[in-house]
Amino acid sequence: MCRATDLRTAVLAKNDRSAHRLRAELAARATVLVNLLSSPGSGKTALLEAELALARRRGIPVAALTADLATENDATRLARAGVPVKQVLTDGLCHLESDMLRDHLDGWLPAGTRLLFVENVGNLVCPASYDLGESLRVVLASVTEGEDKPLKYPTAFGLAQLVVVTKQDIAAAVEFDQEAFLTNVRQVNPGVEVVHTSARRGEGVGRLLDRALAVSHGAAVHQPVMATALDGHGHRDGRGHGDGHGHDHGHDHDHDHDHGDEDSHGDGHPLTHEHAH
Amino acid sequence: MHEMSIALAVVDQIGDAARSGGHEAVETVVLRVGELAGVVPDALRFCFELACEDTVLAGAVLLTEPVPGRAHCAPCAREWATGLPPHLCCPACEGPAAGLLSGRELEIAEVRWAPGRRAAAHEEA
Repeated sequence: MCRATDLRTAVLAKNDRSAHRLRAELAARATVLVNLLSSPGSGKTALLEAELALARRRGIPVAALTADLATENDATRLARAGVPVKQVLTDGLCHLESDMLRDHLDGWLPAGTRLLFVENVGNLVCPASYDLGESLRVVLASVTEGEDKPLKYPTAFGLAQLVVVTKQDIAAAVEFDQEAFLTNVRQVNPGVEVVHTSARRGEGVGRLLDRALAVSHGAAVHQPVMATALDGHGHRDGRGHGDGHGHDHGHDHDHDHDHGDEDSHGDGHPLTHEHAH
Repeated sequence: MHEMSIALAVVDQIGDAARSGGHEAVETVVLRVGELAGVVPDALRFCFELACEDTVLAGAVLLTEPVPGRAHCAPCAREWATGLPPHLCCPACEGPAAGLLSGRELEIAEVRWAPGRRAAAHEEA
């Protein structure tokens, strides 16, 4: 006899629950988490350093946590901005998970931090699948990476709530086709805002800070198509897919499916039914 | 490669289900993997085999059920296959899709339990 169990459970449900919890805990401390994703070498550390320094000059309490496979070089660079910075070494793991982040914040995150920037591991594939508990997910791409980056990494770009183009100062030299890039972003994430920056020239520096501050003031964030799950009637059905983008429970139909929502499997083991074949 | 983390999450959840249901061995695990879930089924199968070693899932077979990406446009009341990379603007009005009907699934659909060692020994005797 072979018995089967319909688990019907999201594989990343544990991380999703942890992320929901962390988001709520940070909200209670009035801290907004900004998750920054990009390829290695996209210039996110240089931009973040400039944004942190600006925040400090403006008297905005910010902090940054930077994750790398190895070396503390990024934390050393970010610390020059004069704000609290923590380096996390993942020992080879390609992404951060919410539980790991919570452990690193525990006992470190200074009271009163308004914005916490998390520089994820340089990788556009793996971190895209993990909700960290962020309220703003930002994907960065430099002009040197090619216009088709959004199509090559559709999960990362498709779930972004803000896209930042970096190294704009060398766009002409590398013949960056901005229109093609924007068309590609629109294909996978229509409506997402794209900002252009050059940390070297100071161009666009402050945009990221402004957007993050707006979120901390309660401004609505972009809801990507890819993060919006619909039921069979085309209504939002509030399924959480671990992307941290507003789980909308805005309608009251009954659903026979059973994923993502913390209430529906609070114990983590929704053994919905067993049957024998 | 986050497929290893995903495989470990699968093994973890099924291990818990086995304990609570009193199962000793797993024959097959069926995963639903959406076209837009950002997971490579071949890489996942490779990692799954490693993640199963020395667990109740040792020797279990992983079956993946692909789920195509489908998007919906509210004003046009139409739906379409997104493809990969996905087209998330409506092919008719070119406006943004209202959302996805499917495609981001990464779910354990079904676990088929195998008779455990004790049960198998009993049947042979």
